[in-house]
Amino acid sequence: MKILVCITHVPDTTSKISFTEGDTKFDSTGVQYIIGPYDDYAIARAVELKESNGAAITVLNVGGVETEPTIRKALAIGADEAIRVNAAPADSLFVAQQIAHVAKDGSYDLILMGRESIDYNGGQVHAMVGEILGIPSISPVMKLEIEGSKAIMSREIEGGKEFLEAELPFVAGCQEPIAEWKIPNMRGIMTARTKPLNVVEPVSEDAAVTYGTYEMPAPKSGVKMASSVDELVDLLKNDAKVL
Amino acid sequence: MEKTALKGGEFLIRDVEAKDIFIPEEWNEEQKMIAQTCEDFIATEVHPKLDEIDSQKNPDIIPNLLDKAGELGLLGTSVPEALGGFGMPFNTTMLVSEVTGKGFSFAVALSAHTGIGTLPILYYGNEEQKQKYVTKLATGEWKAAYCLTEPDSGSDANSGKTKAVLSEDGTHYLLTGQKMWITNGGFADIFIVFAKIEDDKNLTAFIIEKEFGGITMNDEEKKLGIKGSSTRQIFFNDCKVPVENMLSERENGFKIAVNILNIGRIKLGAAAIGGSKAALTEGIKYGNERKQFGKSLTEFGAIKNKIAEMAVRIYASEGAHYRAGQNIDDAYDAFIAEGMEAGKARLKALEEFAIECAMLKVHGSEVLDFTVDEALQIGGGMGYSADGPFERPYRDARINRIFEGTNEINRMLTIDMMLKRAMKGTLDLMGPAQKVAGELMSIPDFSAATDDSLFGKEKKYLSNLKKAGLMVAGGAVQKLMANLSDEQEVLMNLADMMIEGYVAESVILRVEKLVGMKGEDACKIQIDMAKIFLHNAMENIGRAGREALYAFAEGDEMRMMLMGLKRFTKEEPFNVKEARRRVADYVIAKNEYAF
Ligand SMILES: Cc1cc2nc3c(=O)[nH]c(=O)nc-3n(C[C@H](O)[C@H](O)[C@H](O)COP(=O)(O)OP(=O)(O)OC[C@H]3O[C@@H](n4cnc5c(N)ncnc54)[C@H](O)[C@@H]3O)c2cc1C
Repeated sequence: MKILVCITHVPDTTSKISFTEGDTKFDSTGVQYIIGPYDDYAIARAVELKESNGAAITVLNVGGVETEPTIRKALAIGADEAIRVNAAPADSLFVAQQIAHVAKDGSYDLILMGRESIDYNGGQVHAMVGEILGIPSISPVMKLEIEGSKAIMSREIEGGKEFLEAELPFVAGCQEPIAEWKIPNMRGIMTARTKPLNVVEPVSEDAAVTYGTYEMPAPKSGVKMASSVDELVDLLKNDAKVL
Repeated sequence: MEKTALKGGEFLIRDVEAKDIFIPEEWNEEQKMIAQTCEDFIATEVHPKLDEIDSQKNPDIIPNLLDKAGELGLLGTSVPEALGGFGMPFNTTMLVSEVTGKGFSFAVALSAHTGIGTLPILYYGNEEQKQKYVTKLATGEWKAAYCLTEPDSGSDANSGKTKAVLSEDGTHYLLTGQKMWITNGGFADIFIVFAKIEDDKNLTAFIIEKEFGGITMNDEEKKLGIKGSSTRQIFFNDCKVPVENMLSERENGFKIAVNILNIGRIKLGAAAIGGSKAALTEGIKYGNERKQFGKSLTEFGAIKNKIAEMAVRIYASEGAHYRAGQNIDDAYDAFIAEGMEAGKARLKALEEFAIECAMLKVHGSEVLDFTVDEALQIGGGMGYSADGPFERPYRDARINRIFEGTNEINRMLTIDMMLKRAMKGTLDLMGPAQKVAGELMSIPDFSAATDDSLFGKEKKYLSNLKKAGLMVAGGAVQKLMANLSDEQEVLMNLADMMIEGYVAESVILRVEKLVGMKGEDACKIQIDMAKIFLHNAMENIGRAGREALYAFAEGDEMRMMLMGLKRFTKEEPFNVKEARRRVADYVIAKNEYAF
């Protein structure tokens, strides 16, 4: 089985967010980058499938050279080889087109990625990749088993659980608890540097979205202590306007 | 760039260039990933269980965590690949110690297992012993403990009474005696035990399996801190040890004990730095949250002062640790190039830098105690509460000044080793000391055009501090001669001068190199930190020097040396308050120790 795992390179969840150039650019100084947490689960599941069913795992990232430490980490967790599409991830469609282009040549049985990135949280790349390739895409997937040429999946939906089946190949947007989150071990880290990381140039595509300016959410206002129920009701009605 | 090989202890007589030291800002991608694995492991597996660990209700919890650490490969970082480990460079293994050093009781169990538990066999065992034991210790299948201390033999480690008697048929030793304070004792499968064979003067080391029998132990010790780490008294009663389980040669045990502790020391220092970073971050976070008089605590100058002082000491000590660690790796590479066997080269390299190891054990553990104390102070009442984030670090830090050789013993060792090397002629202290003495007689050079380059002035200060050290140490040796070892107060003063001077030089060189990499603008805070540390060091060295001189010198000679000391510790006015504020404001804005 050949699995393609697409990962994002995103600011650590505890990063302080600020903008530069007249609020048109994210200020990355001092920001620590990580594998997108949902993508992390996608890799972890791929590695589990490799252990149980046998698989060759390729990780893919659309990004500049600065994303290579993040890609190496995916190799350390257990991917066998990596592809970096040498371009800034301009928007969801652009990224999906790059992924689809690589996937077309690779004849993968399974394309896994996080349900969404945690920088722009678009949550559309899996659907777009499926569409371009003409294969199903399913998201979020919380459980994934492979039996022969079939995948059995489940996820929580409002008021219950949904079970799905699909023929390979297809695209899955992953979410915990699809796998146990993996910390790369020493052996993985030491072998990561010897695994191939191939850089390919992007296919020329235009981004569909242009970004204007960014704005920080208004700071949380202070806490008001209500001394009586009446006052509380009054505050909720007239101050917070939620009643 | 060719590096100039430095010998251990030479920092006092030779100026080192920034390009010749390693700085933590140079960790490569792989080392950062290793550190991140340790960080993630401690955060996800250890920190959620701290109370459970400390309660000691479940005796399997620490061994289970060691198993998990073993699965990640964290038990085999120092072990060569041929024995199932990863053969990482020494500095990388120190980085592992630093990060796992945030693991409280678990950190102690981990370092006892991988350090004093595993390394005696790795470095002194024969091939069969290594194959049989080290391979299992590297994965965690077996856990190890190290039994040196006895009720009547602590700091005086060679005075143990545990006896080993050869059986009549010559196939095994019968070992009898009592060991005390044994970390991991409660669950260890393997014990490195030091005992005297018959009436030997010196110790011999043995590898003892729990299965050999004749081993009993007391309940877990009740301790001030690291309450979750297993600490036992162990009784050996005619424990039957096959002769092939002797480690190295008869009477070589004390040397093994000393050399293994030596490695443990610098790693303990590194672990203390990890603990310090975590404690400071807690202090900053709490200080940012908590409001009094309508302000965050971190808006108050008195609190900023504490935060800056902690950050400065941590940053300086960290740099000194990895500078020495790289020296150890470089010396190892040089020995290997000469054709030396790997284990031997590692030991020789560590022995070469034993002075630095002892100094850094003292410095790291004292930075940690300073930090947990000041961080707790920021917490106020919450600092004192067992439900707050400061109480456990405060209690757990304290052990570090006691084990792996107390800080008093390590201070004495620092000077003792320096003087021994001077006597042997491997470290030329006397020549430079005489030169400084000569300088005292001459008219001081007031012309010294002020050097406006970055750290121009500070480099001059550093060279003066070395002169101060050489002058006071040289004077003490000359005056006190053989009595020096009885004048421990003076030895403590001398050790403090050496330690402060070494760390001060390390931080200046670290930042100088960093500025070379990133430019001055990007390193303003680091420059402040280096200057603040140097300022502190000059004060501390001046004071220690004066106390020593008052103790042993007299008359004109004392006056002359005091004048010299004044000159060598003279500093132009430096607004350390403002510098500390800048450092504090930086980390306060980052809401963590952010270097
Ligand atoms: C939690 C814990 C875990 C430990 N783990 C281990 C372990 O795994 N294996 C092991 O073998 N040991 C272990 N030890 C023992 C530890 O190494 C010793 O406690 C330490 O070496 C000090 O010895 P001591 O307790 O006998 O103190 P002492 O030697 O009695 O020292 C008491 C005080 O006197 C000072 N002092 C002693 N001699 C001199 C001198 N010549 N000049 C000036 N001052 C002096 C000391 O600095 C100290 O301040 C552990 C101890 C503890 C508390």
